[in-house]
Amino acid sequence: MTRIGVVVFPGSNCEYDAASGVTQLGAQAEFVWHSSTDLSGFDGIILPGGFAHGDYLRPGALARFSPVMEAVGRFAADGRPVLGICNGFQVLTEAGLLPGALQKNRGLTFLCQPTTLIVESTNSVLTSAATVGQELVIPINHFSGAYTCDDATLHQLEANGQVVLRYKDNPNGSRDDIAGVANVAGNVVGLMPHPERAMSTLLGSADGRVLLEGFVGAYVAVR
Amino acid sequence: MNYRVIVEVTLREGIADPEGATIERALPALGFTGVTNVHAGKSFRLDVEATDESAALERATALAERLLSNPVIENATARLGKAGE
Repeated sequence: MTRIGVVVFPGSNCEYDAASGVTQLGAQAEFVWHSSTDLSGFDGIILPGGFAHGDYLRPGALARFSPVMEAVGRFAADGRPVLGICNGFQVLTEAGLLPGALQKNRGLTFLCQPTTLIVESTNSVLTSAATVGQELVIPINHFSGAYTCDDATLHQLEANGQVVLRYKDNPNGSRDDIAGVANVAGNVVGLMPHPERAMSTLLGSADGRVLLEGFVGAYVAVR
Repeated sequence: MNYRVIVEVTLREGIADPEGATIERALPALGFTGVTNVHAGKSFRLDVEATDESAALERATALAERLLSNPVIENATARLGKAGE
């Protein structure tokens, strides 16, 4: 059975949703406290949403120095699947595992609403089960979600197909409507929307399933 | 010896500054006209143990670049604090 480690920082608050999401898709989820340095035995790692270390200084700025992040870096360097959702995405950019940064939303408002995403690339562990051009309704829930990078980085992202998800109707001022990016290899992905909160039509949308299905299945490809 | 150091972190040029823009828009309503180019940033006050002033600044700059700022979007500058600052 696929084993997914869900990293828990002091201040994480979406770890149960993330674990529930992958469990519904047949994987086994296990929480990993941020002081842990051993990720052996896991097929994939999720950094969940929340406010790691209170988001003091900048979201993710302190979390990147948690002991577990060195292990996450090695895990990623081995080509194994790493997914950062919301605060987890912010942590991955601060850690330098993904390019760019997340800035305060345009308009300075906390946004909590469904958004429509467009799948831009299926060359990542998150989007491998989706199709290019597919529209997915997935909620966002953030204050610092405006994706920012310089021109050279944006050019690289486009050239390498690293932009995996875009907002159809940009809610937060993200550069080029970017909602999610991958590293060059496609095994590290971050996105601001919450696929783990879109697992059931009864609760608004089940469009997150195709993303987490891709992630849960991704370990097969890299083994 | 301890040296007081002030670190200022500001957004790099070209990076959107919604906080600065919002403050700037609010000023005319309060009667403060003729104020433009408003930018928001952060300021940190530290006491740094070092052998001399330049060593203190060097240490403060290093920690400012590693932790206090995100070089992707921000610049950090360190200077010695004045008495009572």
